[in-house]
Amino acid sequence: MAHDLLAGPPSVITAGIDLLASALREQAVDVTAVDFRPPVTEPSDDPAATAAALDAVLADPRRAAANAEAAARMLAVRAVLVDVVPAREALGMTAGEFYHAGPPITWDRTSGPLRGALIGAMLFEGLAADAADAEAKLAAGDGVSFSPCHEHHAVGPMAGLVSPSMWMFKLVDAEHPDRVAYCSLNEGLGKVLRYGAYSNEVIERLRWMADILGPALQIAVRSIVASGKEIDVSAIVGQMVQMGDEGHNRNRAGTLMFLREVLPALISSGLPVADVSAVAAFMGGNDHFFLNLVMPCGKLMGDAASGIPGSTVVTAMCRNGTDFGIRVSGTDDEWFTGPANYPEGLFLAGFSAEDANPDIGDSAITETMGIGGMVMATAPAIVRFVGGAVPDALAVTQRMYQITETENPAFPVPILEFRGAPTGVDVTRVLRSGILPQINTGMAGKVAGTGQVGAGLVTPPMDCFTKAIVSLAGKV
Amino acid sequence: MTDHVELRRGVYQDSVTLLRIAQAVSAAPGVTAAQVAMATELNVELTVGLGFSIPDGAGPNDLLVAVRGDDDATIRAGLDALDAAMAAAAAPAQSTGFGGAPAPRSVRAAAQAAPDSAVVVLSVPGSAVIGEAMDAIEAGRHVMIFSDNVPVEHEVALKEAADRAGVIVMGPDCGTAVIGGVGLGFANVLAGSTSGPTVGVIAASGTGAQQLTSLLDEAGVAISQVIGVGGRDLSEPVAARSTLAALRLLEGDPNTDHIVIISKPPHLAVAKKVQDAASTVSTPTMPVLLGKGRPNITEAVEAVLGALEVPVPEWPSWLPESVRGNDSESDVGGALRGLFSGGTLADEAMLVIGDVLQTPIRSNIPLSPELALPAAALGHGVPHLSGLGTVVVDLGDDEFTKGRPHPMIDPSVKLDLLAAQASDPDVRVILLDVVLGYCAEPDPSALLAPVIAAALDTAAAAGRPLDVVVSLCGTAGDPQDRERQAAALVAAGAQVHASNAAAARAAAAIADPSLQTRSIAPLSGKDA
Repeated sequence: MAHDLLAGPPSVITAGIDLLASALREQAVDVTAVDFRPPVTEPSDDPAATAAALDAVLADPRRAAANAEAAARMLAVRAVLVDVVPAREALGMTAGEFYHAGPPITWDRTSGPLRGALIGAMLFEGLAADAADAEAKLAAGDGVSFSPCHEHHAVGPMAGLVSPSMWMFKLVDAEHPDRVAYCSLNEGLGKVLRYGAYSNEVIERLRWMADILGPALQIAVRSIVASGKEIDVSAIVGQMVQMGDEGHNRNRAGTLMFLREVLPALISSGLPVADVSAVAAFMGGNDHFFLNLVMPCGKLMGDAASGIPGSTVVTAMCRNGTDFGIRVSGTDDEWFTGPANYPEGLFLAGFSAEDANPDIGDSAITETMGIGGMVMATAPAIVRFVGGAVPDALAVTQRMYQITETENPAFPVPILEFRGAPTGVDVTRVLRSGILPQINTGMAGKVAGTGQVGAGLVTPPMDCFTKAIVSLAGKV
Repeated sequence: MTDHVELRRGVYQDSVTLLRIAQAVSAAPGVTAAQVAMATELNVELTVGLGFSIPDGAGPNDLLVAVRGDDDATIRAGLDALDAAMAAAAAPAQSTGFGGAPAPRSVRAAAQAAPDSAVVVLSVPGSAVIGEAMDAIEAGRHVMIFSDNVPVEHEVALKEAADRAGVIVMGPDCGTAVIGGVGLGFANVLAGSTSGPTVGVIAASGTGAQQLTSLLDEAGVAISQVIGVGGRDLSEPVAARSTLAALRLLEGDPNTDHIVIISKPPHLAVAKKVQDAASTVSTPTMPVLLGKGRPNITEAVEAVLGALEVPVPEWPSWLPESVRGNDSESDVGGALRGLFSGGTLADEAMLVIGDVLQTPIRSNIPLSPELALPAAALGHGVPHLSGLGTVVVDLGDDEFTKGRPHPMIDPSVKLDLLAAQASDPDVRVILLDVVLGYCAEPDPSALLAPVIAAALDTAAAAGRPLDVVVSLCGTAGDPQDRERQAAALVAAGAQVHASNAAAARAAAAIADPSLQTRSIAPLSGKDA
């Protein structure tokens, strides 16, 4: 709605030299001053070209409507859990095929945790006799191939390893049931494959998950779906962010709500009581179990927004432990990468910063969908990972509104008077403000086989955004 | 090496707090390993992994404390650190409240914070204008772009977007606007009358609009609004988008009885467009076109006053004794040097001087290309004008404002140039503008008057005649106090005119004494 310019003495917004604002204040005019800073154009091989690209994209007449459309599509997604199936069946994976977190990468550039997870997956699939054998086969590309989860309608936390025998949650958008997203089942904390651990206990847990957990959940979910009920993951996400979960580093309320949804069906599944009990204990005892349902919900939202010409909204953020990669709506499947940062945070007993690997995992899809670090305000406990205080958490989320296209009323933040989650990171706003999306994350050990060493906060490298703007400008 | 392991029952802290506490314990001198965590299976396992042995019966509701140190004293230091950290965690937070929202980093964020603000004023670097201005337009706000160096394709994109959104873009390079009585950018305080006709002004130029509105204000005409449109609005690519939007706005403004459009001659096709629009608006509209062979601004104001049937006042001027007594060295002519902050005022001065003086006027904004200042004169910061005869410089032009404030804000280049002219034997008269109003220097005469006095002293000491003529653009209501400014300048020995054309004519008459008698007489108005 256009404001009425001549309705009376105006109140004014100023950006730039302070003299203009003070001259207005002298006239008793109500002034809101923008804390303006010049746009960020580095790191870049050619900062001037990056600046020109930003100008070109900002002047693109399609941009405003395209971004509004991207945001609307993200918000329109209603993710429901419809099945639990082995990856072989769900994704047509064959022996020797693996998916991983983050943008594409070759074996020689893989980090310790991704290496460890690949080794573990080889062992789990029975493709190698031991770790050394697995590593040799992976290095030689001998009967193995790996590609990003994101390129297969899937997402995975940390290393994000998916192998054919692993069981996957299958989510669809209730409004568009042909749109699908998959995610593996969460293993818990400590020594786990996704953090690069591959010891016997890791492989045994994976076997139990494939033999007991997956099939049990399949029976439960299918019986719920058959009874005509929906397992509305988006709705649970909406509730969890009002219960102190930000959906990335804290999934406690979400996990318990999910357990509440499936427990009756599990109990009546006819499975041995010991199995039902073990499955319930596993889910209830793993505060991050629901993360692997939040993530495919985010994947559906990101994918829904992708491929809109002229849109500068980010549709995926992910890391493979070496590179951080983003995708942007207007450039569809193209990856823009930069070196993954080291998270800042707290370390588990016995570990320190020297043990940490750079940022890893597809779980930044939670920030892509507007939660995780973006709604730090709703989970103030998480801010202590960097030694902050509650006002810091509030400030982070309020800062995120400055770089996002929209606010999601379905994921409201109570402490901010139920303001919707800041959703749809806009590449142009990141560059203009210099504010990077805030990501909450776990930290993996840099040596393959170590597992988790801590948790903390991280941001993407600015490179992703300077590269994206150049490509976006090429399509104006 | 000593291990200490204990279970504390009934003590609960969330895992993040415990991680922080464990860190504090680890940091205690001599402590080599520490674990402080709820005794969940995983945490027990991790602690065992560190080599501690855990007592039986540990459960997830127990706090597990494991500390390894050099000796008992170190362990005690670790446990002291633990207690301190636990106490700190239990203490009520030093609440700083919810804190305010962070400062808006873009116009969109500011617009969300200020939902009632109708206008956005931008003075960010030219290349950054597009993003902030698009934010404003998308939020339904009108924009005044004070910044220059905005690419013309951005201007077109912004004005097209503004048309779609139903808002107006004032600028770029829009120095002045007055909206609802509020001056945006360089703006004079306009009092006007409460009973007479009101005039809304659409202006392509900044100081042109300030001169026009100051003189109308002097005549007692109330100015309803001044809408700047930017110097390129009437060019072919921009196609008068803002001028047309301004016409629509002013037509709907109940406080505007008449519209005056002041500009240089527009592109032909664009001129037709504006004429057509002007002829269809219900509010009477008067174009004021500046340029060679056309009325100057003072004459245009007089024509507007005629149309409004408002009597033309005597335009104020303030003259020192020497001029009033008309005893200056009237028989010696010489070069005229015009030092201007306002581009339109400089342009008008050249046109007025050119009409009466038979000498070429060189300039950095020349009336014709062959009169451009030689490259050697520029590029020094302060231009070198010696030997160039009559010169008019626009110090507000881009080449002098890169990386430094506009001379209406920082006059240092102008003052240096003024001092240099005083010691140039060719120079007979120095003409300069002083622009008052919001954003302009708070007390221009404080710096200028001593330099003028020194310049006149320098010339007198060398036995040369020298005069200083000031074009004082401002109103009686301006915060700098026009009367006080004029008095200070006159006391320093300058003659001062509220009409820029009058000032230019007076200076020309000094440069060419044969013109003097017919020039000075009609200009003497109010005394200093």
